[in-house]
Amino acid sequence: MTSPLWQHSAAKLAALVRTGTATPQTAAESGWDGPGAAWETDVHAVVHTDREARHAAAASADRGGPLAGVPVLVKDNLCTTDYPTTCCSRILAGYHAPYDATVISRLRAAGAVVVGKGNMDEFAMGSSTEHSCYGPTRNPYDLARVPGGSSGGPAAAVAYGLVPVSLGSDTGGSVRQPAAFCGVYGLKPTYGRFSRYGLVAFGSSLDQVGVFARHAGDVATTFAALAGPDPFDATSRTSPVPDVSGWDSGVKGLRFGWPANLWQAGVEPVLVDALERSAVALERAGATRVPFEFLPGEYGVAAYYLVATAEASSNLARFDGVRYGHRSADADDVRALYTHTRSEGFGVEVQRRILLGTYALSSGYYDAYYLKAQQARTRIRHEYEAAFTRCDFMLLPAAPSIAFRLGEKIDDPLAMYLSDVFTIGANLAGIPGLTVPTGLTATGLPTAVQLLGPEDSEAHLLRAGRALEVGGDVTRLSRDHEVEFAWPTKR
Amino acid sequence: MSIDKAEVARIAELSRLEIPAGDMDKVAAQLSSVLDFVATLNQLDLEGCAPTAFAPSDAPLRADERDGRRLTPESATAAAPETEAYFFLVPPIVENVNP
Repeated sequence: MTSPLWQHSAAKLAALVRTGTATPQTAAESGWDGPGAAWETDVHAVVHTDREARHAAAASADRGGPLAGVPVLVKDNLCTTDYPTTCCSRILAGYHAPYDATVISRLRAAGAVVVGKGNMDEFAMGSSTEHSCYGPTRNPYDLARVPGGSSGGPAAAVAYGLVPVSLGSDTGGSVRQPAAFCGVYGLKPTYGRFSRYGLVAFGSSLDQVGVFARHAGDVATTFAALAGPDPFDATSRTSPVPDVSGWDSGVKGLRFGWPANLWQAGVEPVLVDALERSAVALERAGATRVPFEFLPGEYGVAAYYLVATAEASSNLARFDGVRYGHRSADADDVRALYTHTRSEGFGVEVQRRILLGTYALSSGYYDAYYLKAQQARTRIRHEYEAAFTRCDFMLLPAAPSIAFRLGEKIDDPLAMYLSDVFTIGANLAGIPGLTVPTGLTATGLPTAVQLLGPEDSEAHLLRAGRALEVGGDVTRLSRDHEVEFAWPTKR
Repeated sequence: MSIDKAEVARIAELSRLEIPAGDMDKVAAQLSSVLDFVATLNQLDLEGCAPTAFAPSDAPLRADERDGRRLTPESATAAAPETEAYFFLVPPIVENVNP
């Protein structure tokens, strides 16, 4: 039996479009024509879309590209000419960017159809997608729980089948943590491997666009389409793009680090079990486990919430009611214009982080906070460099818990920040990370593990991600990956 | 390290934000809690660690490799709340100036 288009992988959809079996229009609409429309009412993953814009984009899609006709939802902090770009903030209400982000241009060049903008925590500041001016996204596996964040909308849309691929951004784990909560793959590439041009800046030295998909192979295809230097982004990497075409070639001979001290306390037992099962699967596929101790993630969280907030306080200074977005009607002078516009436009979490970052950079505190955090960043980078002399990648949790309940952490910023304890280190060090789904708990909630590797190790991460997709069974590696996909029951 | 309401007011002014008086205690407590946590960095041996401002880049683009395209005046001002002849309009910056 042929499955409906909305259940296909991006690879399968694109193949059908390239051979003329499906049109970009039917492929791009497949999510909305399937059960997705009903799911979206409950989940609220999408904040900007319309059928007319989707049709226009599909009509001009390249039918020969690697992502021909594939519908892709993108986070609302990526500039697009055909939809508003608001970062889910009142301060950017109604803003239309005058250009496409480079990753958007490259998606379109690969034949993909950008079908709308995904919900997020305001300005990507949050771990639950509860801090959105449009209201929260809910986890498709349990509507009382969060999808993670800040890229919760794009993660949830892939999980419930609206689109096979989506884009998020990852400043401290905002792709990898929601991928874990929603049971999908989530890749944060090496810093600079994807252009940041047209990604609204939060923490410029940490920000990286990332990919969600239901299959390792679809992550690889999207990575290949988007990676590469960009004359619009001086921080983009100019070295050759890693070849990820061997994503299904297995892990025989690779060594994976096993820093078990990181999950001796504070990690839910179902996730420790997922780690152990994943390690056994990798060993079955021919990889070798290398146990060692690693620096606890709390130091990374501490450094991150100084570095990221300091950069945010500077980056978000541009939102002042003069050049775009909301402008306060209650201002007699320019100082009042700035203050009233920003106080009316920014939500509580964004204001909290601007205050924290301003404090860390202010006279008398710079050395004690910001400078120390930058030194800690060096130390953390050295820890990873040392670890990767002993292994090709590390296996560790993506988050300390499975998806938590809406409202559970909203009034406790520190508890929310600590949900990023396993993801933040990769941003501080600029290395790539991949979340790999590992199944469901007895109560039907997704579990996941995370793989971290040195710079430009995306090929190794995807090979390992694929090996885990088939449970370490190397005889299944090169087969059509459609066959392994069992559509989960959602509630 | 805890910070008090006066310190919050000082940071808010630097940030061009207005914290409602009724929220001051809560904001001070939340910021203090985060600052107490980041003090864990003091336990880390940072001897010989130079500050890292940016993740290492392999070979940044040179200025002459960058794209020279720019927004037009029309597109750059299109999203502004108030403009006149491609200038951004703002309220008076200098007070009591006689022409």
